[in-house]
Amino acid sequence: MEISIKTVDGITVVTIVGEIDGRTAPDVHRRVSAALEATSKILFDMSQVQYMSSAGLRMLLSVYRQVSGKNGRVALAGLYEEIRDTMSVTGFLGHFPTYTTVDEGLAAIR
Amino acid sequence: MERIDTYPTHLRGGFKLRPGRPYPFGATLVPGGINFSVFSRHADYCVLVLFEKGKTEPMVEIPFRGMFQRAESGDPVWGDFRIGNVFAMVVFDLDYEDIEYGFRMHGPYPRVERGRPGIHRFDPSQVLMDPYAKAIGGREMWAEEPDWNKRYQHRARVLHDDFDWESDRPLEIPMEDLIIYEMHVRGFTQHPSARVRKPGTFAAIREKIPYLKELGVNCVELMPIFEFDEFENRRVNPETGKMLLNYWGYSSVGFFAPKTGYAATGKSRDGTMVADELKTLVKELHRSGIEVILDVVFNHTAEGNEDGPTISYRGIDNATYYMLTEDGYYQNFSGTGNTLNCNNPIVRSTVLDCLRYWAAEYHIDGFRFDLAAILGRDPRGVPLANPPLLEALAFDPVLGKCKLIAEAWDAGGLYQVGSFPAYGRWAEWNGQWRDTVRKFLRGDFGQVGKAAQRLEGSPDLYGERGPTASVNFVTCHDGFTLADLVSYNEKHNEANAEDNKDGTNDNTSWNCGWEGATDDPSINRLRRRQMKNAFAMLLVSQGTPMILMGDEVGRTQCGNNNAYCHDDELTWLDWTLLETNQELFRFVKNCIAFRNGHPVLRSNLHFRNEDYLGTGYADITWHGTRAWQADWSEGNRVLAFMLCGRHARSGTAVDDYIYIAMNMHSEALPFEIPRLPAGKRWHVFANTSRVPPDDVSDPGAEPPLGDEAEFVVGGRSVAILVGRDRRTTPT
Repeated sequence: MEISIKTVDGITVVTIVGEIDGRTAPDVHRRVSAALEATSKILFDMSQVQYMSSAGLRMLLSVYRQVSGKNGRVALAGLYEEIRDTMSVTGFLGHFPTYTTVDEGLAAIR
Repeated sequence: MERIDTYPTHLRGGFKLRPGRPYPFGATLVPGGINFSVFSRHADYCVLVLFEKGKTEPMVEIPFRGMFQRAESGDPVWGDFRIGNVFAMVVFDLDYEDIEYGFRMHGPYPRVERGRPGIHRFDPSQVLMDPYAKAIGGREMWAEEPDWNKRYQHRARVLHDDFDWESDRPLEIPMEDLIIYEMHVRGFTQHPSARVRKPGTFAAIREKIPYLKELGVNCVELMPIFEFDEFENRRVNPETGKMLLNYWGYSSVGFFAPKTGYAATGKSRDGTMVADELKTLVKELHRSGIEVILDVVFNHTAEGNEDGPTISYRGIDNATYYMLTEDGYYQNFSGTGNTLNCNNPIVRSTVLDCLRYWAAEYHIDGFRFDLAAILGRDPRGVPLANPPLLEALAFDPVLGKCKLIAEAWDAGGLYQVGSFPAYGRWAEWNGQWRDTVRKFLRGDFGQVGKAAQRLEGSPDLYGERGPTASVNFVTCHDGFTLADLVSYNEKHNEANAEDNKDGTNDNTSWNCGWEGATDDPSINRLRRRQMKNAFAMLLVSQGTPMILMGDEVGRTQCGNNNAYCHDDELTWLDWTLLETNQELFRFVKNCIAFRNGHPVLRSNLHFRNEDYLGTGYADITWHGTRAWQADWSEGNRVLAFMLCGRHARSGTAVDDYIYIAMNMHSEALPFEIPRLPAGKRWHVFANTSRVPPDDVSDPGAEPPLGDEAEFVVGGRSVAILVGRDRRTTPT
């Protein structure tokens, strides 16, 4: 798993490449939490994530809880269909606005 | 501040360990690791067996006692990770999503061979599932052939219990306001006509919530969802070549884990999302005002008798978990091979832990206990006057607002309908309601007096407990569907491949003139009317009505009254029936809305049969074809009653007057109708002898009755009138 974080128009864009599971989710959480010091709007680029386990879903929800306390937003862009299905069935999807592309997401939460 | 117990103290085989905590039992995520805790009174040595998910061979085996290394120095050190009869150990740095675990237990010898009786059945060669497993692998996909070469078939998994419930909690709908819909999780949506994304799953039920809301029920009772093995006793029907499975699931493998094969997420790489999926369903049902009751099976397990498989309990502590004869044979009060030793103090607390877990972690609203009479037997099988388990459940703080519903009989001949130890809490499946109403509906003689008792909440059975002790039903999963009740005189269970010997012969059914499906329009009309009659009586009766999945659209099982082994169109709900039998659906839907709109139909206290408010009318009055003159004689098949709306809920609610006339004669009869107070007049809500749309009205839009003195009720028909102010009559 690789993770890169950049800021676009005051929005933190987190791009993840690979799988988010019990081994990698804590790392993502650590890196994103550090970025949260500076921002309250986060867009996850998920277009290169083909698998996300329950630890990944929990990581996203805990970022959401951290940010929503500061009036922030967490959005997801480019979700794989299968991940979207899993998130829907397990109730996680309801917390996140989703967008087809990063650009679309940036425009919406700007 | 960081806890000091987040660091390992011992090492073994490269794994970091520390002595664990005995409570809670099972596998619990703790900072840095997982706490494994398992109880056995009779085992003297235990080994934790860890697998990578799905693997045949273990990743490591760690004994709870023996030589370890000190974590800080690597020096050898003796360790015994046990307190009392509980083995407990923390293993650090495990990826909980990716492991399965089990135990090997050593205890008194000699080893008992399969098929032989024995008090203890310790067999260290067998890996055993944790009785407290919160998730169980091995049957990830429904009916997908497992790898039978794996000796460890039902594999304990670890869960994160941190679901985000937001503000959800159990709904606490009063029993008298509840309308239960009994459903099979897979059967509800597996039929292609259901048109859902994930057929046969928890997730698919969520897609069908709008249907449940339209019907108007406010509670679903899920047939068993504890992990079970659909392959248990699987066999092929020699005549048809069809595979027969354990489709119903009244045979628990694990009491703490939802059935993985019922989850859309069950087959995902990370099998721990099953719990999140079920919790999401519960949360969404609650959001729609619908409660969830679980049908729970604590009377026996899937391990069967001496010939059955060793999955968990018998290998962990046979003498504790099961009722045994002195020779070590399994007692069989359940009719399925073994009997869980429910009034053993340890098993009792396991049952309590289990139900608390479902109430607290899954926000379950109530439980229906399969063959609950067994739960009142002592360890030798003798019925107890004051059964500790039933008392403990009734007084438990966490279960304090949960519905507790007993199937108040067992396969050992104990029949407790009306006498189940209730402690002011327990309700019962009222089998007498079913039997009497079926007889009355069929036109049997001598039923009028009993039918009156059933319709007013069975005060003869539940005099002190009130009508809310009575769960009323015409049909349930066990027996004919309603459509079959009016289409078959005899059961037709040939497809079960047991020579039609299984299933009850006591169906109290009537085929209306032809055995099975027919295109005779007069027979089909009569059957439709009989189904409406049954629903009408169910939904005006005091007590809690329960509807079997699909009866509202006339689902048939082709005369099979014990369809436990069929996973196909025979048992799945065919959603095209919603169009074919739209007439019945509309009738049921409106009767439910009528019940919901009239508190006088939903009392939590019995009627007093007197006018205690000075309204000029007693709370309930009985009539016949002549007003004020009910005919209780043996040869009569006619009954009518009136409820005084001023007495609704013991005078605390204001409602209309309601009059119900039931004519189970084959001929139409004129009924003299009681006069209403000045200013009110009768309106016709339902009349099953009429053709749609006049068979039932939309509640509140009932047309006025023309002749206020006399009303002709057709043969084998039910009429429901509502008496209210003239001015509210729609024009």
